[in-house]
Amino acid sequence: MNIELRLAWRNLWRHKKRTWITVAAMVFSNVLLVLMLSLQLGSYQMMIDNALGLFSGQIQIQHQDYLENPKFRDDIVHPQGLVNTLKQATDLETISSRGVTFALVSSASRSYGVQVVGVEPQSEPLVSTIPGLIIEGRYLQASSSKQNEDPVAEVVLGKVLARNLKVGLGDELTLLGSGRDGSFAAGVATVVGIFNSSLPALDRTMIQLPLDYFQHLFASENRASYVVLNTPTPLELTQLNATIAELLAQQRPDESLQVRDWDALQPGIRQAIQADLSSAAFMYGVLILLVAFSVMNTQLMSVLERTREFGTMMALGLKPWRLVKLIFLETTMMATLGMLLGAILGAMLTQYYHVVGFYYPGMEEMAAKFNLPERFYPDVTWFATFIGPIFVMIASIIAAIYPALKIRKLDPISAMRAV
Amino acid sequence: MIKVTCRKLRKTFVQGETQIKGLDDVSLSIEKGEFVCLSGPSGSGKTTLLNALGGLHTPDEGTIEIDGDVISQMGASELADLRLRRIGFVFQSYNLIPVLSAQENVEFVMQIQGVDSQERDQRAKAILKEVGLEGMETRLPAELSGGQQQRVAVARALVSEPALILADEPTANLDSATAENLMQLLENLNRKHQVTLVLATHDTRIMGFARRQIRMQDGKIISDEISSGSQHALRGGDPLTASHQEQDF
Repeated sequence: MNIELRLAWRNLWRHKKRTWITVAAMVFSNVLLVLMLSLQLGSYQMMIDNALGLFSGQIQIQHQDYLENPKFRDDIVHPQGLVNTLKQATDLETISSRGVTFALVSSASRSYGVQVVGVEPQSEPLVSTIPGLIIEGRYLQASSSKQNEDPVAEVVLGKVLARNLKVGLGDELTLLGSGRDGSFAAGVATVVGIFNSSLPALDRTMIQLPLDYFQHLFASENRASYVVLNTPTPLELTQLNATIAELLAQQRPDESLQVRDWDALQPGIRQAIQADLSSAAFMYGVLILLVAFSVMNTQLMSVLERTREFGTMMALGLKPWRLVKLIFLETTMMATLGMLLGAILGAMLTQYYHVVGFYYPGMEEMAAKFNLPERFYPDVTWFATFIGPIFVMIASIIAAIYPALKIRKLDPISAMRAV
Repeated sequence: MIKVTCRKLRKTFVQGETQIKGLDDVSLSIEKGEFVCLSGPSGSGKTTLLNALGGLHTPDEGTIEIDGDVISQMGASELADLRLRRIGFVFQSYNLIPVLSAQENVEFVMQIQGVDSQERDQRAKAILKEVGLEGMETRLPAELSGGQQQRVAVARALVSEPALILADEPTANLDSATAENLMQLLENLNRKHQVTLVLATHDTRIMGFARRQIRMQDGKIISDEISSGSQHALRGGDPLTASHQEQDF
């Protein structure tokens, strides 16, 4: 073994207790970093998946002005054609179109202004979890394929809205609004299901009805407000986005259609993540700084107590840079040990919570806000396991600069006289 | 062939407002294979001269040549190379590296020099055997007595075959018997390896082992003479040829 490696390793264990205390500080902070990052990243992914999976989807194709100013008239013509084209181009089946407008909905005793969403009952379950969240009755059914038959006038609504309207299954609701052509739109639909999304905004303000009935009611035949798309591989979202944009430019160049990913559709999610990350990053920074100071203290003591030895080595002909290298080797070895132990223990702890779930008092509030479960089940990932410990390692090595610089200034004679 | 030459060396140390003359107009010539003892009371300048010869102190004035190279004008890096390749040190407190075994301490300088491991191993084992430490190669310094540690230090100084070995009070921490053993060892090694040996001491028990004795006081050489017969010679050994009188440059 190289003499410097051998010296560094043995020097490290000269004061076993001191080295272990420093390594323990690294391990403790690394375990904390691994677990917290895993929880954080896991919760972000859940937040994204739940928020997008519930209703908005990962990608929407809509009129270019629709996002800023969602007008009923800024819609897509022949949405079914677009859906079919997209299915072919992307090999995805998880695509559906929706019509969206606002209307006054009245029960026998009350009226509320609500968001009316026309959905394709057969494909909506592929892009939204709401069909699976029906707590009473059933979800919408696909209309008969017979040509001259009127579309089925049925509706599902959120449980809060149902309570407010004082309606239950089988009750009728009157819808009053404006058609796409400015005409007066009015219809009566039967409540067939009540959903509980756990998201108060949706449960209080949304009703869903079959897209063909929607088109019939609001005079928007063969039109939809947007097409929604989900992919099982969110990492390929950017590529998918580009593919669809290219497709739209080729096939529908005159319709001013735009692809929007979840970041554009729900900027609140990214903002919430960024705000949370910023405050967490500050805390992580403080933690890493404390570990770095602990390493600096250890190495400084180690250098000071070996001044005489360093003087001897210099007198024997060792150049100062080799001693500096020795200090960095020692620190790197210590930091690597701290990193590996911390990463392994952190991953084990994360795996434990992956199995039993992580919970702390008050978590239900945040969970409800983002439609998350009350327990987190963090995943062990390479990124969350190593990014924190690698930062601790780098900070520790940087912390060795000051003790190492002290060596460079040593004079062999005065160093050998040191007590 | 003259190996070491010093001309008009001056070195002054400042302690507070006091100036102390470490070396005051010291001139000296040491030939290859000589065994020289620098003696004198504490503060006489012997250690300062030793350090200057080893490139650890740069004199304020004067020149030092080793094999024709003027070391007093060398930079820190060149001096480190010089110490690594041409000078061996034996210190008063042994100064072994505590985390390395006896053999590893002996191999240390060779490793820095880049000698390959097989040769290192052979030479280290041979020299440890020569200094009487066969079988103790794997012991750490803390597991050796003072005398044994100093033998390891001598082996470390000698193993890379330097032109010059400088020993500063090598027996100061040893009892009489161990000190005498060590000096006999140094004397034998000096004769056998023809290595130039300069030793600083104020221990009168061991001065007689050196054939040439230089006495110092207040930073000056006050006498430089070849002893009429070293202790070795008294015991019937063959003193090396040495032709020194007190010299002035």
